[in-house]
Amino acid sequence: MRAFLKRYLVAIVAAIAFILFILFIPAWRGKALDSMVFQTKTMLLVIPPIFILLGLLDVWVPREKMIRYMGEGSGAKGTILAFLLGSFAAGPLYGAFPFAAVLMKKGASFRNILIFIGAWSTTKIPMLLFEMAALGKRFALSRLAIDIVGIVIIAWAIKLALPSKEVNRLYAEAEKME
Amino acid sequence: MDTLLLYGLAAVGLALSLFKDQAKTKMALKKAWKAFEGILSQFLSVLFLVAAILAIIDTTTISRFLGSGSGFLGILGASLVGAITLIPGFVAFPAAASLLNGGAGATQIAAFVSSLMMVGVVTLPMEMKYFGKQAALLRNGLAWVFSIAAAFFVGWAVSV
Repeated sequence: MRAFLKRYLVAIVAAIAFILFILFIPAWRGKALDSMVFQTKTMLLVIPPIFILLGLLDVWVPREKMIRYMGEGSGAKGTILAFLLGSFAAGPLYGAFPFAAVLMKKGASFRNILIFIGAWSTTKIPMLLFEMAALGKRFALSRLAIDIVGIVIIAWAIKLALPSKEVNRLYAEAEKME
Repeated sequence: MDTLLLYGLAAVGLALSLFKDQAKTKMALKKAWKAFEGILSQFLSVLFLVAAILAIIDTTTISRFLGSGSGFLGILGASLVGAITLIPGFVAFPAAASLLNGGAGATQIAAFVSSLMMVGVVTLPMEMKYFGKQAALLRNGLAWVFSIAAAFFVGWAVSV
């Protein structure tokens, strides 16, 4: 019971806050419940395939392979692979985080992890096609171009700013994952 | 459409895995479940957070924000709205397109689209769980600043 409470503390606090929110501000009640239903549907739809894929990745890809392709010494090859992996993904950004944790556990470098996250957030190919249709080729392609630059700069800046002690701690946490 | 792709990939992977090694496949599914259970609490809190925020900032509010705001303040506002909301592309793009056709500035729309994609304030509980507070805040802060720079570039590229 204690363990359960500790584990779900964040969710319980959020749930209580949400209930108070819809109780005390009836004007927003309908919309809040509507978006709750919509977001739950989206999550339920994208969660199963993402987690199945990360389970398969965890079991089938040996650590040595991951280190060779995306590890510390993987160079441009690793960067490109991280970009491709993120770009062929689908689903909201929150799907990328557990996936990134498995990549970390398998020995991908921190820079490549950050590039993967960046690519998942902004250069997803199915989304890009949709963006081109809606907002025009010029808009979508110039956004893509500048965001690729941004992803690399942001990854580099985080790597530079984050103490290596913290990076090691994150890797140790990922390793603990079963 | 892209979700279908995801399911296809997972199905093919699962079939191949089953064909090659049943025990390993079972282990993969177990790991998948464990990973899901590990993040479930954060998932749920994000869900509540998003529902509350999207009740306050709905599509009409966003449209008003992006449509009326001009100049740097408009760009700042658009990028802030993009940063704190979580809307899938298939909802956001058509809405952004109609605003663009209605005369909203391309720079503002680009600020919104870029920050919507790169910055995730509501998903911070999940990001922090895997990346820690420092890295998560750093990534979101940098991505937000960058989304404004990107907006100016897109605004310029569309106008030339």
